[in-house]
Amino acid sequence: MGEAIVVTSGKGGVGKTTTSANIGTALALLGKKVCLVDTDIGLRNLDVVMGLENRIIYDLCDVAEGRCRLNQALIKDKRFDELYMLPAAQTKDKNAVSPEQVKDIVLELKKEYEYVIIDCPAGIEQGFKNAIAGADKAIVVTTPENAAVRDADRIIGLLENSEVESPKLVVNRIRPNMVKSGDMLEIEDILQVLNIDLIGIVPDDEMVIKAANSGEPTVMNPNSQAAIAYRNIARRILGDTVPLMQIHQKKGMFTRFKKFFGMG
Amino acid sequence: MAVKSNHVTIKGIKDGLVFLLDDQCDFEELLTELRYKLEHSHQNILTGPIIHVDVKLGTRSINDDEKQTILDILKKKGNLLIRTVESPPIGPEAEPLTGPVVMTGMVRSGQVLHHEGDLLFMGDVNPGGTITATGDIYILGALRGTAHAGVEGNEEAIIAASYLAPTQLRISELISRPPDEWETRETVMEYAYLQDGVMKIDKISNIARLGRDFNVFKGV
Repeated sequence: MGEAIVVTSGKGGVGKTTTSANIGTALALLGKKVCLVDTDIGLRNLDVVMGLENRIIYDLCDVAEGRCRLNQALIKDKRFDELYMLPAAQTKDKNAVSPEQVKDIVLELKKEYEYVIIDCPAGIEQGFKNAIAGADKAIVVTTPENAAVRDADRIIGLLENSEVESPKLVVNRIRPNMVKSGDMLEIEDILQVLNIDLIGIVPDDEMVIKAANSGEPTVMNPNSQAAIAYRNIARRILGDTVPLMQIHQKKGMFTRFKKFFGMG
Repeated sequence: MAVKSNHVTIKGIKDGLVFLLDDQCDFEELLTELRYKLEHSHQNILTGPIIHVDVKLGTRSINDDEKQTILDILKKKGNLLIRTVESPPIGPEAEPLTGPVVMTGMVRSGQVLHHEGDLLFMGDVNPGGTITATGDIYILGALRGTAHAGVEGNEEAIIAASYLAPTQLRISELISRPPDEWETRETVMEYAYLQDGVMKIDKISNIARLGRDFNVFKGV
């Protein structure tokens, strides 16, 4: 029996879908059998980020309502044989499925896959309830902004009253230069408020945007800082102890020059 | 008259007798048995020199008339000298000591913890979270959200927190917003506990994780 992990945040636009796609891909990269589930009915994105949009035939709603078998709706990834995705419907809304239906589908997937990564929609309404229904664990994504931390706190409160195990935190989109200048919330401050375990920090990386647009998860690109961060998270999910990434600014020409002469 | 049950126990101590009277049975039943024992079954023991008697009523509380009835029965035997009658204090039900109720957990954004009376909360109240009480609020942890003490109009109520950095404070009808700039203070309260025979230290906000039978707040 596999493990179902829901990726959630409360606030929109903090990187739930990107995180889902990259953690899922990173787990597949590490040889795990993974299925990604998009529960953002009506505003599906995961298929776009994964570059699988044009392969969708059936979706989550079709499975829930028995219009197709679960296996018919699953899309195999372009890159990995052991990575699959269950897309959300785009033409319906969150009320089109019930938490029980999602729970049954996730349970079915867990029999087949080692990891089921559930991409949760923003908000705390029906869509959120659907997404967490079948999950064993949760990853809460936040960015170093007060508003995002506030919403993450709300979500953690709701998760703590659900069946889901105590959630783990991903702090996304950290800007090294802003942290350095003290203009960004520090990880330590965020942890102080949220009081849950940190499972990873991801630096802001333009390559993530580029990758999402081209339908190729960042994690495939070993030159990206964010890719390394996501790979680390995947390894921590598998139980490895991986030290937190050191967030530092890219060295400018001058410091490199100094270093070359043994001055830096 | 046959007495089957044994609600009256007579024990000898070095300087007298102790009458242990059952505290669960019917009072009339108890009296009947007491009379029977004194007049019939234990007659021979109870005659002779003066004997000091202690009466123990257990947890039964009796009024003065009932007490007198027992004493009258015992006094019928001229040689019994009643020394003490032990029973729980008579009067209104002993009021339970009222102190603050202790709760642990974490009040997160959107959650409301309300308590009737004084509340000692071990944990954090986060921004967007609210803690209210009709009495005082004591927080062992950080208060970053809103606290409202004396909600029903008690102006004597207070709010205490080991780290006081609230969004808003309310006592009774009065609302106060902290100054825009708070001095940065760092006070983290910790607690020590034993785990597998090893002493460990953790933040007070993790106290609920101890798994003890705390009153853990589960908000929605």
